[in-house]
Amino acid sequence: MKVSSKLAALGLVLAVAACTNNSPFAAGGGAGGAGANGSVVPGSPSDPRSPAYFQQAVGDRVLFPVNESTLTDAAKTTLQAQADWLLQNTDYAARIEGHADEQGTREYNLALGARRANAAREFLISRGVAGNRITTVSYGKERPIEICSQEACYAKNRRAVTVLVANVTG
Amino acid sequence: MMRFLTSIFLGAALMAAPAAAQNTPLRIEITEGVIEPLPFAAPDFVPDTPAAAQYATQIARVVAADLTGTGLFREIPANAYISQVSSFDAPVQFADWKAINAQALVTGGVSVSGNTLTVRFRIWDVFSDTELGNGLQFTGTTDGWRRMAHKVADQVYSRITGEGGYFDSRVVFVSESGPKNERRKRLAIMDYDGANVQYLTDSSSIVLAPRFSPAGDRVLYTSYESGTPRIYVLDVGAVQRNVLPTQEGTMSFAPRFSPDGRNVLYSLARGGNTDLYLMDINSGQSRQLTNAPSIETAPSYSPNGSQIVFESDRSGTPQLYIMPANGGEPRKISSGKGRYGTPVWSPRGDLIAFTKQSQGRFHIGVMRTDGSEERLLTASFLDEGPTWAPNGRVIMFTRESPGAEGRATLYSVDITGRNLRPVRTPDGASDPAWSPLQK
Repeated sequence: MKVSSKLAALGLVLAVAACTNNSPFAAGGGAGGAGANGSVVPGSPSDPRSPAYFQQAVGDRVLFPVNESTLTDAAKTTLQAQADWLLQNTDYAARIEGHADEQGTREYNLALGARRANAAREFLISRGVAGNRITTVSYGKERPIEICSQEACYAKNRRAVTVLVANVTG
Repeated sequence: MMRFLTSIFLGAALMAAPAAAQNTPLRIEITEGVIEPLPFAAPDFVPDTPAAAQYATQIARVVAADLTGTGLFREIPANAYISQVSSFDAPVQFADWKAINAQALVTGGVSVSGNTLTVRFRIWDVFSDTELGNGLQFTGTTDGWRRMAHKVADQVYSRITGEGGYFDSRVVFVSESGPKNERRKRLAIMDYDGANVQYLTDSSSIVLAPRFSPAGDRVLYTSYESGTPRIYVLDVGAVQRNVLPTQEGTMSFAPRFSPDGRNVLYSLARGGNTDLYLMDINSGQSRQLTNAPSIETAPSYSPNGSQIVFESDRSGTPQLYIMPANGGEPRKISSGKGRYGTPVWSPRGDLIAFTKQSQGRFHIGVMRTDGSEERLLTASFLDEGPTWAPNGRVIMFTRESPGAEGRATLYSVDITGRNLRPVRTPDGASDPAWSPLQK
């Protein structure tokens, strides 16, 4: 999780850098949580319009069974929440990153990750998110977040992660 | 990059040697699965001048290492020698080499003039009291001395086994460093035995699965440089790369040159579906070869370019298929239980090497092109990505160890499953691709 958080944070920085001025997600981004007086700190996980909120409260990732790209009920619930969030926060676009566990060849896992990312993308589109706001990429087995060679780790590595980026589609 | 000229005086035998006896016992049949390696001696080559001395010793050592590395030969150590070879042209004392059971003897002479190195050598069938073939002479530059040694060893290997050599070849691979969840990858190239490692890219983006052109002068690979997997072609000598054209919103990967070097066969993923495509490398025009909702990837040409073997999960699990090079109905060739991937056609055309995943283990295996006679050569937590030596008798592949400290290394194994051994690299290493024999 640490690594993916860093990557997401980096994505946020890039998104900020890509935007010119006074965009809603350019503010804040420092220490998370509510302010001392209980108010919402913009950009913190308590700010429902923040990428941090999307990542933690909505849930930025869905997991897949071994060798599969079909969405589980839990995955559909998460993606529905992602779709709702994206429909309300049109300053953002999404890049969905598909991943596989290490059991499988490099080439097949690249293709499998592409299937998984696309399954998530198709679901978001079916819930009303414009297709031109969602790109996909597969990392195959190149970017595991958990490094043990047991199912407990594999289960977390078989994932599609929705990364927020600046919406440049207008 | 490597300025190296080698002249081979094939016709010009160094002296009129007696014809080899017809009943020479000096023969290894690789396909038989050799159990007892053939004993040989490779005394230090004889320097003509003091400047040649260091090369004379080193070249003999590399020749011996090449031969013993095959598992088919066993070197008799120098401290067992009865005779010393003090002159390249002096008659061989066969009795002294028979006495220590050296069935083959390699003798050589080295001379240096400026930065030009000349190596002369002969191969002796000790128990027949004859020379095996004719003596040869190679000329090159001093900094190419290892290549000359590999060329000598290729001749010895070739004359005794009847197979083509493979020592004067290179391997392009992915050099890996860092922990498993933050692995850094860069392209590297080295001699087949791990010497002369040179890096071809930095590690700022993921690079995968390099493949040599038929002439060995270019390398195709996949890189995330643009943020999404795309195929690059790299000029090995100039270390210059170009990205191949692609279509917006797609990923391209698993490239391979056609045998004529003009086309690139590859996988393209669009909307979650991966199919095979063929690109004319000059025009950049691509056309689709497969059109199925399943995954089609890891394509490899037959040596004559008429057929393509690839991996597809159209039957529900990844299996191996062969189709005509222009597309058309694929024929399934894998039939065992398990998941098959990364098929690679042997340069001899007779076998297909593959990765097989079965019951939680990974194997490198070979099968005939009709899918018969499947043989698994290795077994481990994770073996994958075979590549063929230029003579089609040895396979190199990636082996990854399990767990948080897991690390990728290169291994080689011969097609009988013998002589499994690690290939030494400075860091972790994966995705090897063997070059053709150098010219």
